[in-house]
Amino acid sequence: MIEFQQVTKRYGSDHTALKQVNFHLDRGELAFLTGHSGAGKSTLLKLIMLMERPSAGNVVVGGQVLNNMPRRQVPYIRRHIGVVFQNHQLLFDRTVFDNVALPLEVMGVPARDVGRRVRAALDKVGLLSKEKMNPMQLSGGEQQRVGIARAVVNKPPLLLADEPTGNLDPKLSADIMHLFEQFSQVGVTVLIASHDISLIHDMGRRTLTLEQGRLTGGMNHGL
Amino acid sequence: MASDAGRPRQGRGGAQSRSEVRDVAGSYLAHHRKVARESALRLWHAPVASLMTWLVMGVALAMPVALLLLLGSLQGVSAGWESSARITTYLADDVSLEQAQRLRLEVGSRADVEGVELIDRDSALAEFRASSGLADALDYLDENPLPHTLLVTPPEVGRTAAAVEVLAAELEAMTGVARVQVDLGWLQRLNVLTQLLGRAVWVLALLLGGAVVLVIGNTIRLAIESRRDEILVAKLVGGTDAFVRRPFLYTGVWFGLGGGVVAWILLGLSLWWLSGPIERLATLYHSNFTLSGLPFDGALALLAMAMVLGWLGAWVAVKRHLDAIEPGVPAGS
Repeated sequence: MIEFQQVTKRYGSDHTALKQVNFHLDRGELAFLTGHSGAGKSTLLKLIMLMERPSAGNVVVGGQVLNNMPRRQVPYIRRHIGVVFQNHQLLFDRTVFDNVALPLEVMGVPARDVGRRVRAALDKVGLLSKEKMNPMQLSGGEQQRVGIARAVVNKPPLLLADEPTGNLDPKLSADIMHLFEQFSQVGVTVLIASHDISLIHDMGRRTLTLEQGRLTGGMNHGL
Repeated sequence: MASDAGRPRQGRGGAQSRSEVRDVAGSYLAHHRKVARESALRLWHAPVASLMTWLVMGVALAMPVALLLLLGSLQGVSAGWESSARITTYLADDVSLEQAQRLRLEVGSRADVEGVELIDRDSALAEFRASSGLADALDYLDENPLPHTLLVTPPEVGRTAAAVEVLAAELEAMTGVARVQVDLGWLQRLNVLTQLLGRAVWVLALLLGGAVVLVIGNTIRLAIESRRDEILVAKLVGGTDAFVRRPFLYTGVWFGLGGGVVAWILLGLSLWWLSGPIERLATLYHSNFTLSGLPFDGALALLAMAMVLGWLGAWVAVKRHLDAIEPGVPAGS
């Protein structure tokens, strides 16, 4: 599903964020991406989302090489990638329902399907009763779950999460992780950037470790 | 505006893909309707700010259109006079009425003359007395100072400036003719003036049209800044450029429409206010001049033009500012 081949990303001439990174994630695999701040986690996620382009090497997502993807094709690639952010990036000028509906609206899904699919996603994260509320009225954990519902509402084959439990207590974090596990069980490839070592340890999943831009652990399948 | 309605998918049955295409097209149109309605509502919910923009646009649009209308009316006047161009032939003071009538027949028989009208000095004085308001002063005169006059109308075909000039010269050469006056001189000046005014109006229209585009552009720029989060999220979940541009382009169009309506109202009010004095002035000059208002199709053209300008302004802002907003740094680092 995701393949990095000798990927290097330099910013300017003096800062190298990623150095010859190689790894491969299968369909339905759930993996963690860990490392200190500045180790290159966000850069790696940005490369997958086409927010950045590699300086060298190939990034392959869903069988497509992203390196030379023309700019106007980028939105169509992003529609296949659900993203969950630490600060959840919700819009506070609209309801929970409208927030979750945004990816469907962007894709031009017919209105009669939107309601059904949004409610299915909200049901999945246990927030069906709050669809008419403003995200501002929700707790941190609920807001994060709205973000997850938005990320999965169009059933993307790939789900990325950047510090999804950064602001949550351990109980809520475990709930969120459980949700991600459920998605991977139905064939979604999930990559979670996190530095919550104990949580990662409890999950017992493949862990890609970045140290100063180099991948030092989890290159191969298994632990 | 966009090609993001969805890419055709391959490997589906014909009927199924046809209905899919219809679905996608339907939801594309539905989205246009939704965005159009939402952007109109946004303007409606900020009435003061919207009204300000509409007024600025309205004034900027009304000015050149008002001048164009004035120009059209002036051209109507000069065209009217051109068709009635006549040569006023003043006869000498010592020419008697009988001689004048003979001259009338002589001139009237010329091939390059369509008609001749004789105004004898008594009726000329009576008309002058009636129209000039100098009746009292005229009473002090011992005798009628006015000569007999022949009003010579050239035929339609001979109504070029050169032909009229030749005719005037030949008339002047006739015995008993004191002076010939052709009213084309000031008519030509009026024509040159209206041509000049015409160009000035177009220059003004271009400048003000540019101003409208800039005003809308700036307003849309502010709208883009205030909706930055929304734009970022839409791009992150796979919104195309066309998708994120659309609300702002519609906003520009609505600004344009509002501005056009304001311009229309301003023109109507000004015309109503000016029509009385203009009518009186025209009566004083024996002119059929009327300041014509904006016809209905002209008003529609004004609205369409205003909407195009609004759209253009929005497009400029969107190209400059919106495309620059790209999802950059997600949380964490």
